Amino acid sequence: MSAHESNYTPTTRAGKWFDERLPVMRLMQGQFIDFPTPRNLNYAWTFGGILTFFLVAQILTGIVLAMHYQPSGAEAFNSVDHIRRDVNFGWLLQPMHAVGASMFFVAVYIHTFRGLYYGSYKAPREVLWILGVFILLAMMATAFMGYALPWGQMSFWGVTVITNLFSALDSIWSGLGTAITEWLWGGYAVSGVTLTRFFSLHYLLPFVIFGLVMLHVWALHVTGQNNPTGLDIKSKSDSVPMYPYAVAKDAVGLFAFLLVFAWFIFFMPDYLGHADNYTPANPLVTPPHIVPEWYFLPFYAILRAIPSKLGGVVAMFAAVLILLFVPWLDTSRVRSAKYRPLYKIAFWLFVFTCVALGWLGSKPAEQPYVFWAQFFTFMYFAFFLLALPILGLIETPRPLPRSITESVLGKSGGGTTIPAGAAAAPEKR
Amino acid sequence: MASTAEEPNRRDFIVIAGSAFAAVGGAISLWPFIAQMNPDSSAQALASIEVDLAPVKEGQAITALWRGKPVFIRHRTKEEIARAMADDTATLVDNSARNMALPESDPAIDRNRVKSGHEQFLILIGICTHLGCIPKGQAIGDSKGDYGGWFCPCHGSHYDTSGRIRKGPAPRNLEVPPYDFAGDTKIKIG
Repeated sequence: MSAHESNYTPTTRAGKWFDERLPVMRLMQGQFIDFPTPRNLNYAWTFGGILTFFLVAQILTGIVLAMHYQPSGAEAFNSVDHIRRDVNFGWLLQPMHAVGASMFFVAVYIHTFRGLYYGSYKAPREVLWILGVFILLAMMATAFMGYALPWGQMSFWGVTVITNLFSALDSIWSGLGTAITEWLWGGYAVSGVTLTRFFSLHYLLPFVIFGLVMLHVWALHVTGQNNPTGLDIKSKSDSVPMYPYAVAKDAVGLFAFLLVFAWFIFFMPDYLGHADNYTPANPLVTPPHIVPEWYFLPFYAILRAIPSKLGGVVAMFAAVLILLFVPWLDTSRVRSAKYRPLYKIAFWLFVFTCVALGWLGSKPAEQPYVFWAQFFTFMYFAFFLLALPILGLIETPRPLPRSITESVLGKSGGGTTIPAGAAAAPEKR
Repeated sequence: MASTAEEPNRRDFIVIAGSAFAAVGGAISLWPFIAQMNPDSSAQALASIEVDLAPVKEGQAITALWRGKPVFIRHRTKEEIARAMADDTATLVDNSARNMALPESDPAIDRNRVKSGHEQFLILIGICTHLGCIPKGQAIGDSKGDYGGWFCPCHGSHYDTSGRIRKGPAPRNLEVPPYDFAGDTKIKIG
């Protein structure tokens, strides 16, 4: 799949001269224009492009906001207000960044669920998948520190609660947790000092993510893309060039997604935030109901479901880190859930579990929510530790098509009898 | 789906219209990212200040801060005024009054640089028109340059007692900011 040649031929003498010294144009054409993509990719595959767009958009709007933002305990809250009221187009740029973070997580969760559904983590894509989990972790850290920056009540108490997770280590080695939290805070409590270092790291981490994304894309281009059938590209008719086919489809998906993004920015820029964060940070008063941003709610529910401080923290981190082991937890040799009737049910139960945990995470820590949070925490881990290993052993997969082409054109069109160009014509489908 | 080279087909139209749409949209999206660096509303808000001139005795000078810029306020002596008016006929580097309250074409005579009836008070933006340094001449003991006004130590520009450039690399006279007298000894700048 990756063993394809770039069709790049420099047309000018300068182009030839440059190509002999740094074949970057050859690389770009080979990897992003001629690159063979499975012909049957559906719209779930457009989220990689959408995520790339949002990473760049978040970096650009973030650079702009940093020009006007004051990372100090005394000025941070007012400077965000200043950005929204005084700075030219600040009313647009600040919500672009804040809503953009939410949209980034919408896209990354869809992208991750897509990988789980179609078995995109299975050999030979384990490294690709693990890099994706690292990106998710880096995104979570970045988003958490970014949410601290407006320095409202939710920012302050969110930072307090999450950094205090490390104090759970005190129960393993007395004083260790306290030492770590004080090191993180730069003091004996969360303060403006903490804010300033969070700002610094919030600016740094996106570039770490960018580097991880480059590795992620590299790994993707070594193995080639998975597809709804989970079959490998076997013949020329199984694939189409990335440009214009996949690029055009990505563009349609991106524009549709941007419509939702724009709707939030222009009509309800604060909907995804929390009203308490429009009160300046006050270290003497905790808001009655602390909740993280929506994208952390499932993990927050898991944290609160375990009736032990250390246990809750361990379960919460395990909920993310368990993704690293998915390639080896799944015992099925069939990739796509399309041909796995039992796994398909398990998958949708898992999606429901995540949504339910998200809803429970937004509820107060009292009955009956705690019971249900415990139930769905069990369901969450059961998907990884029970469903993935066992289903692969007991399930009878549905028959697989012989090739990607056959899955698109039916048996008559299978094999290499149809030229790739003609197969792309919609009337033939 | 063969088509002749001359006749644009529907696909050509879609490609051109789509590309144009994306190009215009991209350009428009770029604008907020550029415009955000312009002075924001809080900077644009016309900040005005009031200055009490009563403590400024003849021969003294004070410096006020207006919109982040130093404003020179000098209570000129009779000799300084006479010298400034005598120089109205001298060869000037810059013949414009450089008074924000007057058209640019008005000549750089001393009368156009002050408010009528308050000729003793010369009020100027204290920024050298060469490269933005603050000229000397406000404090006692400062060099006032060859013409008794101000002297910019950065690159040696000499201003006279009407704040006009007389010698050195600066191209323009010191600017007169918009101001009004609110009573005999009080001004409002801005």
